[in-house]
Amino acid sequence: MNTKSMKKYGPIFVLPTFAAFLIGFIIPFIMGIYLSFCKFTTVTDAKLVGFSNYLKVFQDPTFVHSLWYTALFTIVSVITINLFAFTIAMLLTKAMKGTNVFRTVFFMPNLIGGIVLGYIWQLIINGVLLYFDRTLTYSATYGFWGLVILMNWQQIGYMMIIYIAGIQNIPGELIEAAKIDGASKWQILRNVTIPMLMPSITICSFLTLTNGFKLFDQNMALTGGAPSDKSQMLALNIFDTFYGRTGWEGVGQAKAVIFFILVAVIALIQLRATRSKEVQQ
Amino acid sequence: MDKKNKVTFGTIFFSILSVLWLFPIFVVLINSFKKKTYISKMPFSIPTDKAFVGLKNYENGIKKIGFFQAFGCSLWITIASVAVIILFTSMCAWYITRVKNKATGSLYYLCVFSMIVPFQMVMFTLSKLADMMHMGNPMGIIIVYLGFGAGLAVFMFCGFVKSIPIEIEEAAMIDGCNPLEIFFQVVLPVLKPTCISVAILQTMWIWNDYLLPYLVLDITKYKTIPIAIQYLKGGYGAIDMGAMMGMLVLAIIPIVIFYMFCQRYIIEGVVAGAVKG
Repeated sequence: MNTKSMKKYGPIFVLPTFAAFLIGFIIPFIMGIYLSFCKFTTVTDAKLVGFSNYLKVFQDPTFVHSLWYTALFTIVSVITINLFAFTIAMLLTKAMKGTNVFRTVFFMPNLIGGIVLGYIWQLIINGVLLYFDRTLTYSATYGFWGLVILMNWQQIGYMMIIYIAGIQNIPGELIEAAKIDGASKWQILRNVTIPMLMPSITICSFLTLTNGFKLFDQNMALTGGAPSDKSQMLALNIFDTFYGRTGWEGVGQAKAVIFFILVAVIALIQLRATRSKEVQQ
Repeated sequence: MDKKNKVTFGTIFFSILSVLWLFPIFVVLINSFKKKTYISKMPFSIPTDKAFVGLKNYENGIKKIGFFQAFGCSLWITIASVAVIILFTSMCAWYITRVKNKATGSLYYLCVFSMIVPFQMVMFTLSKLADMMHMGNPMGIIIVYLGFGAGLAVFMFCGFVKSIPIEIEEAAMIDGCNPLEIFFQVVLPVLKPTCISVAILQTMWIWNDYLLPYLVLDITKYKTIPIAIQYLKGGYGAIDMGAMMGMLVLAIIPIVIFYMFCQRYIIEGVVAGAVKG
């Protein structure tokens, strides 16, 4: 293209987004890394203190606890959500009356915000636990499974939609050919359907993994970390360090940096692991 | 015959599952008509004459949290931010795809990079920066959303622009169009399906977002719906369960309406976002 006239118009096209990106992401990100090495209460009184914030992070038992709690939660929710979503998608792509209605219903909770979801399930789970004379905040185990149920309810529909799109993209001849070769249903699933679905599996496990790790709203609304921060996940722990403990802002920022690195590393490892199993069509 | 039986069995199974799926929402709905004390004592019973309070929970809740102001605030922020995001990021994405140099290339990779950065990483500094620049109002937050939402939007638009043949644009240029005319008259109409997908994904995010507006907005003056609902708990010690149930129902209604009208686009948007992501 005629680059000269394009160059003249460059600022009009790029500047609005770039300026907002600078304010909304780049400057806060760089400042965030810098401040993780500082002691401060507001941004203007920052003093460099080296790595001491990072040392404090790992001496903080609430952080270490929330790290394991989050990791365990993420593993359980990734497996359950994907398993259920995949099964439902497989069944709903069969010829059946009402599949569209069912898809609509299953997807619906996804549009509800995390805070609202948290309070809905607080009511339901506390209602069920009433029969056992307990409440959701009785122990962190209840909070854990409560969150797993909540996230399943919210995300199964979303992942189901992605799996359905993937299943419908598999050419019918492939399944036909396998049938003619005498493959059993189980063999078709293992050797044809799942390999062909690897791109969908990559996306869905990526989304559930990062959603699980970054979970905040649902955690805050459902239990708020009760009892005594035992059901607190990483994101909520970081929030609490910033806004609930004065003098700990620097440690909070250091936790945030560690959190970012963790999310990035996990996401990259996961993408690489599942991408390598994808087949070229 | 055998096949037919299977089909009806599936339909019955999924019908039951669908009813169970919607059960939590139904429970919230019936509880919104119950007296406070009955909600935590017997959440699964139908409100009978003694427990039934009519619309009192709704009146209480609306007054306590200023539901309609919060609704207006959420609606404005969502619509304005999504419109701004669509317009500016599509322009930016088209430009950085068509003009290849170091600057545009690094901007693209920065956008991709920003997608994996969790909000907690920037939340403190972003809220302080927004405060310093006086952006804690329903106007300023639009800029914050454009900035933080740019990553995914630019990425999705770039993916689509790459698939548009450049010849159409070159023909328009020979006809004497300047880049702005080319973009708005030739490129943007072709981008329409991607615009809808991006709009859907951003709407779902911004409408339900809690933490960003909570930290950026001056919440003594402006509350969005999630903030208002959380406020019902935080501000008053013990939760008024009655008001809470009423407000949950009111928070769900607009979503259900939106879903009924845009269902097809929502599902297409999710799939498009997943394929590009």
